[in-house]
Amino acid sequence: MTSTTHPDAAAAAELAATSLLRFATAGSVDDGKSTLVGRLLHDSKSVLADQLEAVEHASRKRGQEAPDLALLTDGLRAEREQGITIDVAYRYFATPRRRFILADTPGHVQYTRNMVTGASTAELAVVLVDARNGVVEQTRRHAAVAALLRVPHVVLAVNKMDLVDYAEPVFAAIAEEFGAYAASLGVKDVTAIPISALAGDNVVEPSANMDWYGGPTLLEHLETVPVGSDPSEEPARFPVQFVIRPQSAEHRDYRGYAGQLASGVLRTGDQVTVLPAGITTTVAGLDVLGEERDTAWAPQSVTVRLAEDIDISRGDLIAAGPAPEPTQDVVATVAHLNERPLRVGDKVLLKHTTRTVRAIVKDIPYAISVDTLEQVPSPGSLNVNDLGRVVLRTAEPLALDDYRSNRRTGSFLLIDQADGTTLTAGMAGEAF
Amino acid sequence: MTTAISLPTTAAQDNPYALSHLDVLEAEAVHIFREVAGEFENPVILFSGGKDSIVMLHLALKAFAPASVPFALLHVDTGHNFPEVLAYRDRTVAEHGLRLHVASVQEFIDNGRLRERPDGTRNPLQTVPLLDAIETGRFDAVFGGGRRDEEKARAKERVFSLRDEFGAWDPRRQRPELWSLYNGRHAVGEHVRVFPLSNWTELDVWQYIEREKIELPEIYYAHERDVFARNGMWLTAGDWGGPKEGETVERRLVRYRTVGDMSCTGAVDSDADTIDAVIAEIAASRLTERGATRADDKMSEAAMEDRKREGYF
Repeated sequence: MTSTTHPDAAAAAELAATSLLRFATAGSVDDGKSTLVGRLLHDSKSVLADQLEAVEHASRKRGQEAPDLALLTDGLRAEREQGITIDVAYRYFATPRRRFILADTPGHVQYTRNMVTGASTAELAVVLVDARNGVVEQTRRHAAVAALLRVPHVVLAVNKMDLVDYAEPVFAAIAEEFGAYAASLGVKDVTAIPISALAGDNVVEPSANMDWYGGPTLLEHLETVPVGSDPSEEPARFPVQFVIRPQSAEHRDYRGYAGQLASGVLRTGDQVTVLPAGITTTVAGLDVLGEERDTAWAPQSVTVRLAEDIDISRGDLIAAGPAPEPTQDVVATVAHLNERPLRVGDKVLLKHTTRTVRAIVKDIPYAISVDTLEQVPSPGSLNVNDLGRVVLRTAEPLALDDYRSNRRTGSFLLIDQADGTTLTAGMAGEAF
Repeated sequence: MTTAISLPTTAAQDNPYALSHLDVLEAEAVHIFREVAGEFENPVILFSGGKDSIVMLHLALKAFAPASVPFALLHVDTGHNFPEVLAYRDRTVAEHGLRLHVASVQEFIDNGRLRERPDGTRNPLQTVPLLDAIETGRFDAVFGGGRRDEEKARAKERVFSLRDEFGAWDPRRQRPELWSLYNGRHAVGEHVRVFPLSNWTELDVWQYIEREKIELPEIYYAHERDVFARNGMWLTAGDWGGPKEGETVERRLVRYRTVGDMSCTGAVDSDADTIDAVIAEIAASRLTERGATRADDKMSEAAMEDRKREGYF
């Protein structure tokens, strides 16, 4: 990736080998989030003529003069009718430097569920505030969700700077207050950017109205923030998805374990432990989608061959480096996602990596107020959009990492046994 | 509770573990295929001979190598399919030793279960044979090549998308989908549509086709063809219902950006006769592929959402 690429030299060849950033946006109802997303898509020339034409047409039908860029992202009929965003929408755009997958999450109070969903795969979260209102309850909630889901990078976009005369002290005060709050939640990287999504200041183009701001525009920041973690610094985790046994004449003795590396690096010859059984063996070979290699790393999908003939199946974890101790007692922070409350005593299914086991909710020691982060002891149950602490007992041992150290092997879902509904998102270990 | 720490800013070119966006998308799609293989009894891949389904099949072949793909293919044949595409389909099935099920719209029309539409297009008629084939084949997971960048209702659909016993999609009752944990649980009679290419864009698909040197039906590349204009698109002249009176046929240099069937898929003027030329053309295009080439999506603002609710792809 070169940093000298010019946007107008966006030849196909330059787009060929670029990195991918998944990020999420969160904002309150009137913070102008949809306008910001529309602006990013529009100004990065990711909105194509027929889409813009459709938006202009729909805006005119609603009696609006300027095209309402929010209509680009509100995909469902109910959303357009009610003028609100109901569900997470995924948007795709590209610049010569990078590809982007944007999880656009609604900011309503009742939709914490959607923010948790969008943040779960994001490497960066854009939290939007209205410069006139500063940090409000919802801003704290968005910061808390980003912190809880361990989104590595957070951007505070202070929007509507045009309505506060592009005044630096307004921005500085909001940035400072938010920065202190995010740091107290354990967020490691916060970047504050003053913008006007409506006028286009500092979204894609640098603002001519804020000479006092020397930092990057939002898009520049998105293009240059480091993506991914360094796999060589993490222990290898490989949840087995599927056993590949061709049983053909050519591959009579082939037995490979198919999966996607959740973290770390595996090399031929590495000593690994198969969990939860705890058997130690050696990597005999690695096949990366049909090609034999001697090294594989996260997040590659590969097939691992082992030196010894061990009984391994879907749901087992092949681990190198310090391995988690398999346990049937899981303590986790959870976000409850369903209208059906989660109660002490509930019997549920727990899906962790590629393993699904039965589990019982032994205790809910406390709920967490997402606005104040205060603990409410012994709530008895968690309702939709509640955060809380949960103690579970599982029918079989799980090789869980702490969510803080591994988002993929530290996360799980609780699922209704009867109808398969996804109830709860869980993160093993401490919340903040 | 730590305070701000500056992060290492290793340049990508110094990182031996850097993966390109295509590598990441490929790994994700393969993971999805393997999840389905691990959790479902009887999955099937919807295979139309269009580029997205061809890429899906390519990914499935890689996901299970050196073993064979543990899924059958299902093609909904509208009876108006391009002969080049059908030939490609049959070649591919033979080459990889796959099982192919065909659900025929023509058969449904012939036995009275479907009625031809006044405009002659058959794309909306595919839903009934599709759901019938899913039911009789007892398929519990159905892979589709749909991408979220195609259309704004699709942008809201999950990778694992639960369908009720009527095959219907209810956008308000979708399961939240977090991390890479896909919930495929379903009751008897229900099934799950699975979209491994959810996060791919049209350009990603073409770049992947180039990188992997995947063969496509020749109609994706510029060729001379007898076409006529209807609804602002070039349609292929033929027995299916065109041209009508007042529509004139002319020979033009065209290619197809999407391959549905002849009644609803329009060709675009193009001299892009190689993959590099196609990629350059798409990168410069000012129209989405569906906007440029699909009559079925121009019907209304919610055309796709409505068809999906009924059980469409």
